[in-house]
Amino acid sequence: MSLLDVQDLTVEFPTRRGVLRALDGVSFSIEAGEVLGVVGESGAGKSLTGAAIIGLLEPPGRVAGGRILLDGARIDDLPADRMRAIRGKQIGAIFQDPLTTLNPLYSIGRQLVETIQTHLRLSDRDARARAVKWLEDVGIPAARERIDAYPHEFSGGMRQRVVIALALCAEPRLVIADEPTTALDVSIQAQIIALLKNLAREHGTSVMLVTHDMGVIAETADRVAVMYAGRIAEIGPVREVVKHPAHPYSEGLMGSIPSLTHRVERLRQIDGAMPRLTAIPQGCAFNPRCEKVFDRCRVERPDLMEAGRSRAACWLYAAENAHV
Amino acid sequence: MFAFILSRILQAVPVLLVVGFISYAMFAFVGDPVTIMLGQDYTEAQRVALVHQLGLDQPFFVQYAKYMWAALHGNFGISYRMARPVGDLIAERLPATLELSLTSAVLAVLVGVPMGVYTGIRRNAVVSRIFMIFSLLGVSLPTFLIGILLILLFSVVLGWLPSFGRGDVVHFAHWSTGFLTPLGLKSLILPAITLGLFQMTLIMRLVRAEMLEVLRSDYIKFARARGLSQRAINFGHALKNTLVPVITIIGLQIGGLVAFSIVTETVFQWPGMGLLLVQSIGVADIPVMAAYLQLIAVVFVCINLIVDLLYYAVDPRLRMDRGRATGGH
Ligand SMILES: Nc1ncnc2c1ncn2[C@@H]1O[C@H](COP(=O)(O)OP(=O)(O)OP(=O)(O)O)[C@@H](O)[C@H]1O
Ligand code: SF4
Ligand SMILES: [Mg+2]
Repeated sequence: MSLLDVQDLTVEFPTRRGVLRALDGVSFSIEAGEVLGVVGESGAGKSLTGAAIIGLLEPPGRVAGGRILLDGARIDDLPADRMRAIRGKQIGAIFQDPLTTLNPLYSIGRQLVETIQTHLRLSDRDARARAVKWLEDVGIPAARERIDAYPHEFSGGMRQRVVIALALCAEPRLVIADEPTTALDVSIQAQIIALLKNLAREHGTSVMLVTHDMGVIAETADRVAVMYAGRIAEIGPVREVVKHPAHPYSEGLMGSIPSLTHRVERLRQIDGAMPRLTAIPQGCAFNPRCEKVFDRCRVERPDLMEAGRSRAACWLYAAENAHV
Repeated sequence: MFAFILSRILQAVPVLLVVGFISYAMFAFVGDPVTIMLGQDYTEAQRVALVHQLGLDQPFFVQYAKYMWAALHGNFGISYRMARPVGDLIAERLPATLELSLTSAVLAVLVGVPMGVYTGIRRNAVVSRIFMIFSLLGVSLPTFLIGILLILLFSVVLGWLPSFGRGDVVHFAHWSTGFLTPLGLKSLILPAITLGLFQMTLIMRLVRAEMLEVLRSDYIKFARARGLSQRAINFGHALKNTLVPVITIIGLQIGGLVAFSIVTETVFQWPGMGLLLVQSIGVADIPVMAAYLQLIAVVFVCINLIVDLLYYAVDPRLRMDRGRATGGH
């Protein structure tokens, strides 16, 4: 049984002009100890997927269909207080901008102790000792002295380390990291990713890592999910998807990784833009931009199907095509 | 910390000097105190004597310096209307105004803040909507109308509460208080509500707006993602972050309560400084008006200082350079 199992997840926003379906039948799973990378253009639904899993969709957004299971038990229909007990304790979250994710008015120690004591029955002294330990583990120098410092007294990179400590201090089994380095200086991005990866490995924590950086995915993830227009376009082992992308959209994405080994510009942009939620084309949502489009793509919508060692939502891999 | 307070006090000195200058200019140039005090019939000798006695024959800046020096000692000259020292008049009236303003302020904060928090957290609840409609009334109805309506209902129709005056007061040295007698307290209710209603609704709307803003912030989302309780999030994290802007406005509004209790005091014939001012304006009693202006300036300066100290207590970012006096917000 997978640690996390997302089945046919659908998220909708009721608006004045009708219901917007922002996630449409998203299914994937994350195994214990695994790092799942999630990539896709802006607006593909990566953050929404994460928010739906931790039960923090902003109203009026709501889960309109599907199920989310943690250890085989549904968590998408839990009452608010039971879901709260899962957040932080079973599933942690790391946000994008460390400059805004910490409460400016409380010391980092207070925020850590508060989180620890919310989830673990520890005395003030023990909770504080644990907080110091976590600050050391995420690489805050002189943690014992710095614990009473306020967020503004730390640099961006140091604050993101504190955020990581906050997300992991109750030892959740899964952590959802939504673009954890996008807001950081390029020079420290690699350190933060390495820290996250190492801590997750040490504690056996699974990670759902949302990023735009294919390089980070290639380095860090075990498997990768490519999202497009609220659906999963392709999901599979990271080497497979990066080296031999099955879905034409993934192919385009991988084509846009600047390669260090081949100094030749491999940057290839996919023409056009992802459709707005109000104007998703009939059939395959990618069809207006796809180079391999054929008749069926404009009529029927493909679900995920076997495509080599990955699974792709593309008619090129339909079983009946295989033996044509 | 000490340096911080000191720098704040030093910054207030020019403000007080300028206000003092304005009020002195009023004193010296508006109306002619000599004719007012001597009436129609006087000899030239009487006039010269009085001019000399009032110091009006000295150079302007000497007069100003003397005026400020005297003001510093609580000496604001003689009221034209009452022929008594202005300092005494104000000392008699001050307790009434301060007790009224204080009660209104406490009422406005104790009711306004929780209402704001509630309407901010439970945005769509029926009670919130009722509060919001009620607050529109509070913000838009003029004070005198609220006062008159309250008097009509609670004094005239129901006969529960007195419609004017302070009721019974108890004297301690120079202070007279209405807090200690049942009639004194009853008399306070209507004027305090009238005076504080605008501030209360303003505070409520401000707290609500700030709460809505803060609840959308990333650190609140992150607090939710860490599984903190609703209580800890709303009151521990959100409310505290609304405090800095709220303290500023509350400070200003309390200053306003003292300064603009005029209307309420008039409606309720409340024997405070506002009433004194209205009576003085009627007969151009300049010394009283000038003193009032200075007193209000002092009130605002004090409130500003308290506001700054509260910022300092609430927001660690202002405490950054410990020991060094940093101004600014
Ligand atoms: N409150 C909302 N009302 C309507 N639509 C929304 C709302 N919030 C998000 N959406 C839509 O949901 C879609 C997915 O958004 P999401 O934030 O998950 O994208 P993302 O993949 O995380 O993009 P990015 O890379 O920019 O973070 C977007 O098309 C967005 O317009
Ligand atoms: S289904 Fe058709 S349009 Fe869609 S990606 Fe595959 S080939 Fe392209
Ligand atoms: Mg996002």
